[in-house]
Amino acid sequence: MKYDTIIIGGGLSGLVCGISLAKRGSKCVIVSAGQNALNFSSGTFGLLSRLPDGRQITSPLEAIGELDENHPYRIIGEDKISEYAGMTAGFFEECGIKLHGNNDANGYVVTPTGDYKPAWLAMEDITIFPEKQEKIGEKVLVVNFKGYLDFNSAFVANAFEKSGSSCRMETVSLEATERLRRNPTEMRAVNIARVLDNESVLSEFAEAVKKLIKDEDVVVLPAVFGLNNAASLDILKNNIGVKTLFVGTMPPSIPGVRTQMLLKRAFEGAGGTFLMGDEVTGGEISGHRVLNVKTVNLGEVMLEADNFVLSSGNFFSKGLIASPEKVYEPVFDLDVDYLKDRSLWYDQDFFRKQDYMGFGVKVDSSLHALKGGDAIDNLYVTGSILAGTNQLYEGCGAGVAIFSAFYVADSISGKKEN
Amino acid sequence: MNMQEKNESANNFEQCIKCTICTAYCPVVPVNPIFPGPKQAGPDGERLRLKSSYFFDDALKYCMNCKRCDVSCPSGVKISDIIQSARIKYGRHKPKLRDMMLASTDLVGTLARPFAPIVNSTISTKPVKAILDGVMAIDHRRMFPKYAGRSFESWFRKEAGPLQSSFRNQISYFHGCYVNYNYPQLGKDFVKVMNAIGFGVNLLDHEKCCGVAMISNGMMSSAKKHAVHNVKVLKKAADTTRKILATSSTCTLTIRDEYPNLLKVDNSDVRNDMEIVTKFIYPLVAEGKVKLVFKKGYKAKVAYHVPCHMERLGWGIFSAALLKMIPGIEFTMLDSNCCGIAGTYGFKKENYEASQAIGKPLFDQINGIDPDFVTSDCETCKWQIEMSTKYQVKHPISILAEALDLEATAKLNK
Repeated sequence: MKYDTIIIGGGLSGLVCGISLAKRGSKCVIVSAGQNALNFSSGTFGLLSRLPDGRQITSPLEAIGELDENHPYRIIGEDKISEYAGMTAGFFEECGIKLHGNNDANGYVVTPTGDYKPAWLAMEDITIFPEKQEKIGEKVLVVNFKGYLDFNSAFVANAFEKSGSSCRMETVSLEATERLRRNPTEMRAVNIARVLDNESVLSEFAEAVKKLIKDEDVVVLPAVFGLNNAASLDILKNNIGVKTLFVGTMPPSIPGVRTQMLLKRAFEGAGGTFLMGDEVTGGEISGHRVLNVKTVNLGEVMLEADNFVLSSGNFFSKGLIASPEKVYEPVFDLDVDYLKDRSLWYDQDFFRKQDYMGFGVKVDSSLHALKGGDAIDNLYVTGSILAGTNQLYEGCGAGVAIFSAFYVADSISGKKEN
Repeated sequence: MNMQEKNESANNFEQCIKCTICTAYCPVVPVNPIFPGPKQAGPDGERLRLKSSYFFDDALKYCMNCKRCDVSCPSGVKISDIIQSARIKYGRHKPKLRDMMLASTDLVGTLARPFAPIVNSTISTKPVKAILDGVMAIDHRRMFPKYAGRSFESWFRKEAGPLQSSFRNQISYFHGCYVNYNYPQLGKDFVKVMNAIGFGVNLLDHEKCCGVAMISNGMMSSAKKHAVHNVKVLKKAADTTRKILATSSTCTLTIRDEYPNLLKVDNSDVRNDMEIVTKFIYPLVAEGKVKLVFKKGYKAKVAYHVPCHMERLGWGIFSAALLKMIPGIEFTMLDSNCCGIAGTYGFKKENYEASQAIGKPLFDQINGIDPDFVTSDCETCKWQIEMSTKYQVKHPISILAEALDLEATAKLNK
């Protein structure tokens, strides 16, 4: 099977790259081994919130010059990063995904454990506050589903109390959600969201919330609505009648699952082919070029293309594998930047910076992958598999995923034009 | 010693991180609240079942085995195999007479086919449907596939068989029960197309039903007998023609994957030689080894539905690519949705409502597109879509047979 570009990995980065290319008329295929980390997203995108030395950042675009030279942002270049940051919300809007936030200064979101976390953009469910601990109202009613443990009302209420609101907590129990509790481990965001995709259950829930309101001016709910259609959010807001905010839950993430579905639809709508549940097992490299890749499902039929993009993710998505002796990239065995001494990979204190999260595939100045020190001319690397950044620590995972995807899509289409 | 390598569990069950993403893609969850969902029915429940069979939940029977959970799993857990294996291992209910009848497609086919005109007309009458519904719990709203007057095998032996040895290349054909008893035309279209591209068709040394309906109705020992027999005759075919092609995505998936995974029948000698016809033809055309000539003026607006098992095989791209090559085809890829029938599942009275609710988004999309006809690689998807919409469903091979200038194509591929 012959394509213009083959993208390995169907997460945020692979999809953004695929959509950008497909919209410019390129014949693309994405091979995705199951669902990806977008489904576990907090509902927010980070651009940069902390430097590797630990300094907090409020204006991310201004701080890019302070990053190391091998950071993907520095490789792409400050000007390009600003340009891409300006394009991002519009790009997602065209895919049917509303993002809000500010490129010039990080805002804050409340996490399900009641902390304020910096964020660049948020999906429409998630409320983003310009200031940390901004007061959202005088009296806040935090409502949860009875038995739902991935959203802790007390933690969330605590966050809003710190900002000066007085909070009351209530739970709602509907016949449809009670049924889920038959299996205690099934009282999860996706299950609740699927039940509430039913319009009559959704209005039943809104009525139940309305009855609980005494003199509160704000209602806070877990973001478990609108798995297939964000319209549920507005229906709910209108039916409840007072200002209603949503706070993200522990994974899985309903805004994240919905975003993944919409991006996939946009990719296919632009003419792309998405191979879900298949896995690239290896590729043939000759000279400085990848000729083809093999997948589990296609067997002896090779996928051939002019260009290849590796967006296969980090350890979680098996883009990188850690064995007791080494860290390696399983598809092409590319050069991986990692610490040889295994005892330095992680800190015993779980909440501190974990260096293994900074391991990744080495690239040249065009994001070409390196193998044996040499660049492969038609193999690009994007997203969380890139070396040079600890994305979790620096709060730049989405930015790296999106901007590297834009950059590679530009390089590939530029190459064609020349 | 590498402990990581020694830590692999059956069907990758220990890789489950309880993320619940499979639940977002299960078609049964939103329509049937009794079904506990793929994670609970699969790897989560398995932890408990390993302790005691007491924890086996009879509601696992509501799983359609569409395998969409496997396709979505980020961790490579074979969720549907865990669920089906649990039903096999712990299922307490013996299959009912109804289940045995629905499952024994080749036995019932052999008995019914000679009386096809009588069977076809009586089975669709109200009193018979009422009996089937009341006594057998086969839903009265369900339309039955018709039986053919003459089986595909009998047609092939007499009409097409003697001509096949004249072709330079040879393949074998696993036609399945549906082609043989209900719709020989698809088999005839297959022979036409294969002959036109220069391949002679051989039948197996007596194939049996692949056994998928037996597996889903708990008739494991019969299914296993069929599997052992089929692997034997497939091996014999593979030794002479190498490739064995099929027109049914479900038969293909069952023989390739369910035999080793669920029935524990070793098929390693033949697994890679068995594939669906479009996966065989498209690469030959793309590489220029086979040339196609299409009729002038052929026009059709077609919507392609990828059956769940085709989705699991990952081969929908081949049927789509082949159809898109036909000049004059206006092609739409339908969204990835289950049609709801899942073989014999949708025939059962207790599943009828759920089955139709699952298929609704697909039916709505088809109605919105208003194609000349729908195309799909699965026979039960065909019954479901034809019953639930006003559109006819054709197999991609039948469309190819219609659109090709067979004589001109044959000349180029001698």
